[in-house]
Amino acid sequence: MLRRVFVSGVSWTYLALVYAFIFLPVAVLVLFSFQDGRLPVPPFNGFSMQWYEAVFADRKLMAALSNSMLVAISSSVVSCVLGFLAAYSLARYKLPGSALQRGLLIAPMTVSYLIIALGLLALLNALHMPLSLLTVGIGHVVINLPLCFAIIYASMGDHQINIERAARDLGASDFKVMALVTAPMLMPSILAAFFLSVTFSWDEFIIAFLLSRFDVTLPVEIWSMLRSGLNPKTNAIGSLVFLASVALLLILEFSLFGRTKKQ
Amino acid sequence: MTAPVSIENVSKTFGHFTALDKVSLDIRAGEFIVLLGPSGCGKTTLLSILGGFLSPSSGRVVIGDRDMTFVTPAKRPTTTMFQDYALFPHMRLVDNVGFGLRMRGLGKAERDEKALGFLDLVGLKASAGKRPHELSGGQRQRVALARALAVDPEVLLLDEPLGALDLKLRRQMQDELKAIQKRVGTTFVHVTHDQEEAMAIADRIVVMNQGRIEDFGPPSQIYMRPRSLFSAGFMGEVNFVPGRVKAANASSAEVETSLGSLALPAANFTAAVPKAGDVITLTIRPEHFRGEDKSDDPMFALGDARVAGSAFFGTHYRCHLQPCATDGDALVAHLPQSSDVRDGEIVPLAVRAADVVALPAASGTL
Repeated sequence: MLRRVFVSGVSWTYLALVYAFIFLPVAVLVLFSFQDGRLPVPPFNGFSMQWYEAVFADRKLMAALSNSMLVAISSSVVSCVLGFLAAYSLARYKLPGSALQRGLLIAPMTVSYLIIALGLLALLNALHMPLSLLTVGIGHVVINLPLCFAIIYASMGDHQINIERAARDLGASDFKVMALVTAPMLMPSILAAFFLSVTFSWDEFIIAFLLSRFDVTLPVEIWSMLRSGLNPKTNAIGSLVFLASVALLLILEFSLFGRTKKQ
Repeated sequence: MTAPVSIENVSKTFGHFTALDKVSLDIRAGEFIVLLGPSGCGKTTLLSILGGFLSPSSGRVVIGDRDMTFVTPAKRPTTTMFQDYALFPHMRLVDNVGFGLRMRGLGKAERDEKALGFLDLVGLKASAGKRPHELSGGQRQRVALARALAVDPEVLLLDEPLGALDLKLRRQMQDELKAIQKRVGTTFVHVTHDQEEAMAIADRIVVMNQGRIEDFGPPSQIYMRPRSLFSAGFMGEVNFVPGRVKAANASSAEVETSLGSLALPAANFTAAVPKAGDVITLTIRPEHFRGEDKSDDPMFALGDARVAGSAFFGTHYRCHLQPCATDGDALVAHLPQSSDVRDGEIVPLAVRAADVVALPAASGTL
């Protein structure tokens, strides 16, 4: 009896420690974003919303926020469309060297973001293409396309082949089969790929830093704020970013995984 | 709409494997045809060639009076009902059924009305707003049928559509399929490996084996007058008795077997005209054995046999009988419910000449 209490006590403590390890930094970040004082370090002086007010009053931060959203959403849409088309062709047609092509499509996942950013920087220089949000977006497509391809490709099973055949048999052209049958059938995994890709792009720093110039994304803006020292304002913006990620995750969970469970 | 189908000398090879070997078949407009055979016999390949999902290696497919050999599925006057139903999971039933009409450019109001009509035909009008995952297997089946019929095909191809249903539902769907086919008048080509299903729905059955057509005809003819040993064995239980033609003329033949000799009408030689000296196999259905000679028909006594085992099947006793005259293979006979058979009992065997079919002996099989 005592032994059981002891064992279960140890397991619960272990669980609590694991979650504390994962979430303590975030909890501290969020807590000190409400700091009533100039430094986001203990002791906690009291509750205040002043840093959130400061964040929303900061034009540059707000611009960076909307830049981030623009880049995240548009690069994710492009990644999903390209990933879907690649997955569809590799899953449905016999292509020369299809195993090699699959490998090549997924390979960028194994390359570090820094290397990809350096490579793109060199390439853009050679092409005389000025750095802008567009180039950041291109960089994010490069890192997110493999992910989108892998997720969508994995969800393309053989049982959908007959459904596509049926559509073709009923008179649908190849494009209509793809647009009206395949894509809607795969919508859960396409959306999963989209939201994951949005969160990755939203958080991404190195590529965004190296490939942008005047208009920057939020992580880059936060970084430049950090250079002038710790400030509860950075905590506040960090908390907002965290909140956005959590919201996205919840949307994903309830809209998508909830639906697939029901089916 | 409905159209005749003509398959002319169609072969299909996959690498070194011959799935279809010079198959020719003429199907009349409005017929319910069943392609019957064990798995791997080529029946599904033939159906895929009719539907346009495969192209034959050689030969021609004519539907109506148009050569369809290399026409894509979308442009053929055929629709296929797939084994796994292949419904569109993200669409309501009415949109599933209306999909083909949408592809033909019909407006929403018109196609919804038509789709509802076809859902009504299969008894699912009330569920038009549901999605496929809310339905049972039998209901999905009906939606698939409605969807395939909605585009008014000349030929409907059914790929083992009842395979996933339980026995009771399968029997019920067979009756419905047959009734709907009669109503719409479309030519149905249905693939199955279940010979009872084939007999229940077919106007004519095509028995296939190893890429060839073994037999083709109405169910009763396939069962009573099989034209090959395979066809005889596949359509139900049968006894094979080896024999030899002793003498033959235009109307009858004298056959010698280990059970005695019989005079058979020449018409009972379904595969070839009998010649003296032919080595043949007699096929006798278990229910054709008579315990004793009571009828007026010409009967042939086959000697006595000992009951080596029996089981009551409801409609009959199924007995293993060991002929006393030989120590050859035991025979399987269905004796009437009323007969009181006991193991070890000796019963006289007889058979009507008209019930015995003589086929050329298979070389090496049996």
